[in-house]
Amino acid sequence: MTSEKKSNVYKGIAAAPGIAIKPAYLFKKDIEIINHESISDIEEALLSFNEALEKSKKELAKVFSLAVDKLGDKRAALFEAQIMILDDPILIEKIVNRIKDEKMNPEFIVNDEISKYQEMMISSHEPYMKERSQDIEDIKNRIIRNIRKKKWKSRITEEVIVVSESLTPADTVLFSRMKVAGYITNFGGLTSHAAIVARSLDVPAVVGVHDATENINDGDLLIIDGFNGIVIVNPTEEQLKEYKDKLKKLHQLDKELAKLKDKKAITKDGKEINIYANLDLTEELEIIIQNGAEGIGLMRTEQIFQEYETFPSEEQQTKVYTEFAEKLYPLPLTIRAFDIGGDKVLPVDVQEPNPMLGWRGIRFLLDNKDLFISQIKAVLRASKHKNVKFMIPMISSFSEIIRAKKIIQQCKDDLTNENIVYDEHIEIGIMIEVPSAALLIKDFAAEVDFFSIGTNDLIQYMLAVDRGNDIVNSQYQEFHPAIIRTLHFIIAEAKKANTTVTMCGEMAADFRAIPLLVGLGLDSISVSGAVIPYAKSIIRSLEYSQINEFVTECLTCKTEEEIHEKVNKFYFSNFGDSSHEFYSK
Amino acid sequence: MIEKTVKIINNAGLHTRPAATIVKIASKYKSEFFIYKDGMNINGKSIIGVMTLAAAKGSELKLTFEGEDEKEMAEEILDYFNRGFDEL
Repeated sequence: MTSEKKSNVYKGIAAAPGIAIKPAYLFKKDIEIINHESISDIEEALLSFNEALEKSKKELAKVFSLAVDKLGDKRAALFEAQIMILDDPILIEKIVNRIKDEKMNPEFIVNDEISKYQEMMISSHEPYMKERSQDIEDIKNRIIRNIRKKKWKSRITEEVIVVSESLTPADTVLFSRMKVAGYITNFGGLTSHAAIVARSLDVPAVVGVHDATENINDGDLLIIDGFNGIVIVNPTEEQLKEYKDKLKKLHQLDKELAKLKDKKAITKDGKEINIYANLDLTEELEIIIQNGAEGIGLMRTEQIFQEYETFPSEEQQTKVYTEFAEKLYPLPLTIRAFDIGGDKVLPVDVQEPNPMLGWRGIRFLLDNKDLFISQIKAVLRASKHKNVKFMIPMISSFSEIIRAKKIIQQCKDDLTNENIVYDEHIEIGIMIEVPSAALLIKDFAAEVDFFSIGTNDLIQYMLAVDRGNDIVNSQYQEFHPAIIRTLHFIIAEAKKANTTVTMCGEMAADFRAIPLLVGLGLDSISVSGAVIPYAKSIIRSLEYSQINEFVTECLTCKTEEEIHEKVNKFYFSNFGDSSHEFYSK
Repeated sequence: MIEKTVKIINNAGLHTRPAATIVKIASKYKSEFFIYKDGMNINGKSIIGVMTLAAAKGSELKLTFEGEDEKEMAEEILDYFNRGFDEL
């Protein structure tokens, strides 16, 4: 792309697809400079400090009630603690005394005093303490801002693109009600709050744009291209025209795609692929249904755990799962057991030298049986309308399946004894994301009802590449011959055993990969809600017999480059003039 | 003065919610209440202080209570620790 060479173009991670052209709304949370000033009127300083506390309490009370509404009591507890800090007698007394003794401006004292606690938190080895320090940062800045009597900028009336260093849960709660046309952040990856919220609200997001808040000013006109991870600041006429044209095409395309809502994803020659959605956030469900998903192929439950800040009880989980199952009925809901550990925060005191190869997924669940049981029972209780499936992550050996199934049986027996209704034939599936599981697929097929291929981990484990490591992440290759041949093996073996296979990793959402995946024989894919219409349109224009040849060719390739080239060629020769041009290359 | 050592027994450790509850309980009493961990000395009536403690499952804390109603205060707070913050 020519526009990429211009200096007003910034590159980041494409976290949520879409295009928007709107003014920037700079959401700066860091206080610019805190002056160290002596004061003469102590009474005045104390008064403004107290007023700031009261004002902050009122503001937080609003966020709190909003949070209770949107997130439920448990997660809202976080904001309650923030409110309590404003009433903390020890902290307030210390600040008041220092203002009196040192005769310094209150914002300096507030900043200095609260920062001490944050430093202690950051110096802790617990990963969650760093996040907690962020929450404290929020409240500190709120007090300081109110001392300066600056209005807390949170009301947005016109459509804007939010530009921020990063977004905390409190920010996202506020923004989720505003007219936000896109998100740009300095930090964060595909799983950051901003990315998840943007995908759930179906607005574009580009994250990890270094120095975005430095290079963008409030009110600058921005172009955000969430397909390619591009941000253009104060575009030239030429750039503006290019993107206005794209936007127009995108709207047209959206209209056309909307017509596919009730149509099946079926190839021209009649092979049907089921398209399910991955679900991270409650708010996503609406878009998922709107976009014509045939159910939820992957509901990640770690998110719920994060909302509660602790392990939710069986009752709490039952409530959440039942609500989803009922909203979706008769469409199926596949709930994945807690995949804790790895790159997700482990809520217990373990320091692992290599967490991705450590205590995660099923390993953690089998060692924390009570937690596992509470989840299984909640899933079973939510299955009473017979539209719930249960999926277990990180299976690497046969014995894990047997042990998990035994626990599930135990839970069923318990519920039967308590006269609680559940689906006796609930389908139990496993994630195929460890290479050993891929090899043993035939044996596993006899024990489970379905497989779901998690490509993100499978690729990382097969190629021994950490995707988060900048030095080697170019070697994280979806189209590596070993990956393609392994997928072929998994799908073929599962078919022989009559066990359905789906794919829920990011590869399934890569438009260019879809023809290959369909050709390899996948029965279904599970992708994020916004991707569904595109995926459907691709599948509907494919001819199964034609892709067979293409797939056979790919299976004989020796290098990633060869496969990549074939995939691109196939894709662009078949779909070159359609929607997918929004993706460059 | 009453001095006791307690162990964190719930899975999630001393996270925000129990921290808030401990402070709420402590604030009902007149006595002084301090928590000691890793050389830190935290006033148990200060939410920001208690939130500063990273106390995961299995970690041990020393608690002290001093004042006219120290006995009742110690009893209620120790009981809350022993119940695993009602998360067992």
